[in-house]
Amino acid sequence: MNALKIIISREYISRVTKKSFILLTIFMPFLFMALVFVPYWLSTIKDSGVRKIVVIDESGLYASEFESTVNYEYELIGEANVTDQQPRLGKDIYAILQITKDLSQDPKAVSLLSEKQAPMDLLYSIERTLSEKVSEQKLEALSHSDNVDSKTIDQVKEIIESGSKISLSTMRWGDDGTISETSTVVASIVGGGFTVLIFMFIMIYGSMVMQAVMEEKRSRIVEVMISSVKPVYMLIGKIIGIGLVGITQLAFWGIMLGILFTIASTFLTNPEQASQMAAASGGIGGMEGMDIEGALASIMSVNWFEIIFYFLVYFIGGFVMFASIFATIGSAVDNEEDTQQFMTPITIILMFAFYAGFYSVNNPDGPLAFWCSLIPITSPIVMMVRLPFGVPLWEKLLSVALLYGTFILTSIMAAKIYRVGILMYGKKPSIKELIKWMKYK
Amino acid sequence: MHYVETKDVVKQFSQHLALNKVNIQVPQGSVFGLLGPNGAGKTTLIRIITRITAPDSGEVLLNGRPLSREDIYKIGYLPEERGLYKKMKVGEQAMYLARLKGMSRDQAHIEITKWFKKFDIMTWYNRKVEELSKGMQQKVQFISTIIHNPDLLIFDEPFSGFDPVNAELIKQEMLKLKAEGKTIILSTHNMESVEALCDEIALINKSEVVLQGSVYDLRNQHKKDIYKFRLLCNTFDNDSLNLEVLSNIRYNEYTDVRIKKPTDMEQSQLIKLMLDRYQIAAFEEELPTMNEVFIETVTQ
Repeated sequence: MNALKIIISREYISRVTKKSFILLTIFMPFLFMALVFVPYWLSTIKDSGVRKIVVIDESGLYASEFESTVNYEYELIGEANVTDQQPRLGKDIYAILQITKDLSQDPKAVSLLSEKQAPMDLLYSIERTLSEKVSEQKLEALSHSDNVDSKTIDQVKEIIESGSKISLSTMRWGDDGTISETSTVVASIVGGGFTVLIFMFIMIYGSMVMQAVMEEKRSRIVEVMISSVKPVYMLIGKIIGIGLVGITQLAFWGIMLGILFTIASTFLTNPEQASQMAAASGGIGGMEGMDIEGALASIMSVNWFEIIFYFLVYFIGGFVMFASIFATIGSAVDNEEDTQQFMTPITIILMFAFYAGFYSVNNPDGPLAFWCSLIPITSPIVMMVRLPFGVPLWEKLLSVALLYGTFILTSIMAAKIYRVGILMYGKKPSIKELIKWMKYK
Repeated sequence: MHYVETKDVVKQFSQHLALNKVNIQVPQGSVFGLLGPNGAGKTTLIRIITRITAPDSGEVLLNGRPLSREDIYKIGYLPEERGLYKKMKVGEQAMYLARLKGMSRDQAHIEITKWFKKFDIMTWYNRKVEELSKGMQQKVQFISTIIHNPDLLIFDEPFSGFDPVNAELIKQEMLKLKAEGKTIILSTHNMESVEALCDEIALINKSEVVLQGSVYDLRNQHKKDIYKFRLLCNTFDNDSLNLEVLSNIRYNEYTDVRIKKPTDMEQSQLIKLMLDRYQIAAFEEELPTMNEVFIETVTQ
């Protein structure tokens, strides 16, 4: 066991201290943010047209609060039927804001209906306007109370400090006339993002395991090594060591993206205010407060804990399964060219899983998504798409159990072929020979 | 006392019988030569002794007991196909291999420093392996083999790639290890080093042990009744003797002749025949070299 620890630490340290790893780990989040935000930012700059938003305020309390800005013009309609306004959507009006009740009583009685996904800045400006008004309402209500006790003061404090939460639900008016809640958009993006991530990590880190096995075989260090340690320890050590490198990179990216996203979203939500605040306070310190909270609210509505937990579970399962297959290939051949024959079927399976995941975004509960999220070779990739939409517990458990069962099988198979393969030089073995190797003593 | 003993070891690969009931006995504290042509099964036998592969049947005894997992720490193995991690630093590499042999970090550091100094490669400690010449890498590999002070050392072609100076250095180290009581198994095609180093040998040909015993005994067994005479005369005249003369080289002061003794003649008779006619400065029975023994046995 001690030997295993030494092997894992070598595999891990020799990789995380590599310059290329450090550079990629640090700069990737910036590159990613640039890829996501630069087009978004450019689109906001070009967007000069004024968008009209119809406000249907049944409570009559809030309509007057909305002031038109450079980008948005509010049209106030007292009491009207939403369906009457709908045909105008996408033509002369951009969105319909409907408030049905007093929001200080029911913070959920507000919704925004639009044809396209409403931009974040609009959502936050509406939320902020409503939130301010509701806070005012609450304070007003408290001011009428007869006795001012400490409880009232606490309430006032709370309202002033954290404002009032408004849950603005956003709806999309689809081409086919259906209305769907646009939080599914966030779910799709999150699911799709994690699918791409898990696919890339399995490909990159799985083939890293294969490279490492081949390098040992090519440099002929294997024989020196296996005279001191069991071959299976070398295999396990490599898979765990490299897997940990992957998790390190992911964790770093997760933290970096969290920070960068917070900073960037502040600027994008309200560029003028943010720049003024930044100028006023002379730095990043000025960007605290309500806006960040608002920006993060919709992202936080996704069950991150669950998704990250399952991401790790599926990453570990999928990585070990594919890495052991990759290691088997690496041990069986002498040189890079010979890997092709064995790599092709694996790549096809992975690509299939990737596309299955991609199409499952549109139909996360369809038969393709269902079956592919259970079948072990595709489940790590496809299940990530479905998770943000909610998946029944039994499906998750079954899928994880199948995946882990399979990875135990592939690991045993890999260990058997590996210990023979690393000592075999010369001609490329056939599948038949690989099976024969598994039976060797 | 035999330190290593194999009993009826059989190993079958898919199409090919690599070892067929191989029995060898390696005495404790000796240098044991494992000889044989390419593909005879030497490496397979070594891999079985080092527990890299398992035999299909038969067993290996180490110090009288069946070989167990813990015994690998008592073995130092320098394979013929040897390599190092190219991107790793020399010192780290030696440390890594030493720790895998069960040494603690501190212990390993002391030993590495000692051996690096002895082999004059201390300045290379922080260089990458890929910057080293082949000979340098061989030194690192040799050190890695003996660093954990094993009782049994197995060297597969240890001299290949070394210049004569370093080959001699390795040879001397091996003799020192032998003097310390270590048992050494040496597999090589270099027959001169077998004569210089080995006490006993086993010759494997076509998966079987065809010859085993001490180097001296084997050479004696294979002698061809050839005698070398240095005669203090200018000419050697065979007409009256009618012996089979293998060579006859005349020098200014003396003549060297090699004579094959007829089978029906005693050694003393031959000497007497020569003494009667010539003044003999030197006389020696010629023993075959290990090279000759090897070729003769294998091509039989």
